[in-house]
Amino acid sequence: MAEEPRQWRTDVVRVAGCDLTVLKGGVGKPVLILHDELGFPGWLKWNAALAERRTLIIPMHPGYGVTTAPEWIRNVRDLAGLYSILLRQQKLAPIDVLGFSLGGWIAAEMAAANPDQFERMVLVAPAGIKPSEGEITDFFQLMAPDQLRATVLDPQATPEFGQLFGGIGPQAFSLMEEARAQTARLAWQPFMHNPSLGNLLELVDSLPTLLIWGKQDGIVPVVSADDYKRAIRNAQLVVFDSCGHRPEVEMLDRFVHETRNFLG
Amino acid sequence: MHTMYFTERPYRYVPNDEVIKNGFFGIENKHFDSVKGAQLLNEYLDEKVLVEDLGFDGVMLNEHHDTAFCMGSVMNVEASILARITKCVKIVLLGNPIPIVGNPLRLAEELGIIDMISGGRLVSGWVRGGGSEQFASNANPAFNRELFNEAHEVIIQAWTKPGPFRYEGKHFHYRFIDPWCLPLQKPHPPIWIPGLLSPETVEWCAQHRYPYVALATFLEPTVELWNFYRDAAAKEGYQVGPENFGYLQKVYVAETDEKAREIAKQDMFGGAGIGYSLFGRPQFMFPPGYNSKAATARIARQFSDPDSSEGSPWASLGNPGGNSAAKTNGQTHEESARESVSSAQVDHRSAVWQDREKSVDVAAVRKQVFDAFPQVEHSMQVICGTPDTVIKKLRVVLECLRPGIFAFWQNDGPISKEDRLNNIRLIAKEVLPAVRQIGKELNLTSPFEVAPGSRPLPASGKPESVGSIEPLLRFREREGERVGAAAR
Repeated sequence: MAEEPRQWRTDVVRVAGCDLTVLKGGVGKPVLILHDELGFPGWLKWNAALAERRTLIIPMHPGYGVTTAPEWIRNVRDLAGLYSILLRQQKLAPIDVLGFSLGGWIAAEMAAANPDQFERMVLVAPAGIKPSEGEITDFFQLMAPDQLRATVLDPQATPEFGQLFGGIGPQAFSLMEEARAQTARLAWQPFMHNPSLGNLLELVDSLPTLLIWGKQDGIVPVVSADDYKRAIRNAQLVVFDSCGHRPEVEMLDRFVHETRNFLG
Repeated sequence: MHTMYFTERPYRYVPNDEVIKNGFFGIENKHFDSVKGAQLLNEYLDEKVLVEDLGFDGVMLNEHHDTAFCMGSVMNVEASILARITKCVKIVLLGNPIPIVGNPLRLAEELGIIDMISGGRLVSGWVRGGGSEQFASNANPAFNRELFNEAHEVIIQAWTKPGPFRYEGKHFHYRFIDPWCLPLQKPHPPIWIPGLLSPETVEWCAQHRYPYVALATFLEPTVELWNFYRDAAAKEGYQVGPENFGYLQKVYVAETDEKAREIAKQDMFGGAGIGYSLFGRPQFMFPPGYNSKAATARIARQFSDPDSSEGSPWASLGNPGGNSAAKTNGQTHEESARESVSSAQVDHRSAVWQDREKSVDVAAVRKQVFDAFPQVEHSMQVICGTPDTVIKKLRVVLECLRPGIFAFWQNDGPISKEDRLNNIRLIAKEVLPAVRQIGKELNLTSPFEVAPGSRPLPASGKPESVGSIEPLLRFREREGERVGAAAR
């Protein structure tokens, strides 16, 4: 089978002292995509599906294997600030945003600081708020391949699992380790949350927000969905049953359907 | 030469099965009985008084957390007591894990007080802390080296810079530094750095003129790292000598070779050098951001490729002090490690950790561990036997490494009190005088005799080596001939 032509390209943009690599693909109105704490896992089927109608703008978070991290980025709120500057500089705001796990947390921080930079916000199992019950899984106590496995309910039943990061191999391992090290720098303590985020999200009262969560999420427990709903007034919640922390891969069709429906 | 006694102060009653199943970090603390622990802690303090009476120059302490193999989780408490109950031994702390302490200013004060109470007998040392230590103290592993460097800076300033002053770093912030309880020794106690041959640390030591104490590392890479130190020292404008180097060696002595060997084998289930390496779970030994990029790449290959032909990383990593990502010109630490650790054992752990095998066959692992002992003996990781047997081998180690500091590492694992004391007494009576004699013969100057970093470079500007692997090769040749002759 002939290899499909690459559907994306990369640019390097200078933002706040950071040479940020930004991946772009698709057609139509742009949407900002913020990847998760293990790094950018590659251009997958969900990317291709959304790219049919939207231009995906995917910055490679500094310190996650592609973009070199500047010294000043010390926490997730700093990262949110960096992307706010990116949006202003590139005249992209207001823009739709779609964030996964850590990326969802970044989006929430951006919204809490200035909700007007977004038109619509989709948060997929975002970290950022300490769960009112249970805990965010301490993936720092897992080796990278085990952390990756824990992100889905059943690796065997997830067709694209083997494609994540190009498949588990030395290169993927090194990339994930780099991502994990940077996640440790940003969110070792408090672990994967910001105690003030829930309160500051009170500012987000009119931004249309969709929360998507796997009922069996093994990283950020689904109870956090209720915590986010309490924090963001008017947020809609969709819970996928028989699904873990990667609805976009585990339930591709439903994920694409819900996201397209919401983003238009 | 400066001679020292060292033991990890193990909690001796942890079941081996638990160690095999869990690794040394992560065993549930329900297996700890404080009544037994209280007895052991006092026994270990008494041992220090005994070794002082028996003539050792120093007692060496270390620190580990949440583990049965070392009860010294707050080493400064033990050091404080020793400062008062011993009279003349140096109290050598190798070392305080400064990245995980959290408050280096308080550490500077504690050490100042220990130095004063002891009458100026403190030797300070710093370590990064092993991977598991980062979890035990919730210290961010990705900032480990930054924290190390900055904590060192705070401590040295607190000891030497007139206060009050302000310190604002990246990780530590003090608006008022003006400690009154300053060390008795001026400008501050000697600083020695223990480690496992991390080139970054060795270079840092050379730059600071701190002696580097290799913790029971394999001889070949140790000689190479000595040369690395030598070159870094030459850049600083000085010639290295034995006073720049220390070595920690496992030694078990008994009335017969067989008895000594039986006792030493128990060390396979206790010693940080061997047991911990075999039984450290990788997720605790390699926390995110703790290792260098090169080391991470190597680990990546080993963990993600089940058929990798490379040596196992945990065979040689995970000693106290942390990172041993040493890749020097010749043999890597890992390559050397393979000599002495059963590959079957490593393969087994690898299979478990790569999730290819869910359960641990405890009996099989136990057998593999003991089966590896001959290789451990061959590589000199453990030297055991009668005093005569041991002295011959120690001479080889001393000739290879020429250390000005030499620590006898004894009594780890579930070794009984009687055997521990017998070992200590035999070493003190029969081995220590011979080792001192060899030290004199080889002119192994300690840091108390020659200030580290005070030797000028030769006129040629080309620094001379301190160590050489030749004595080991000659010894093996002789042994080979002897064994061959016996077989004929």
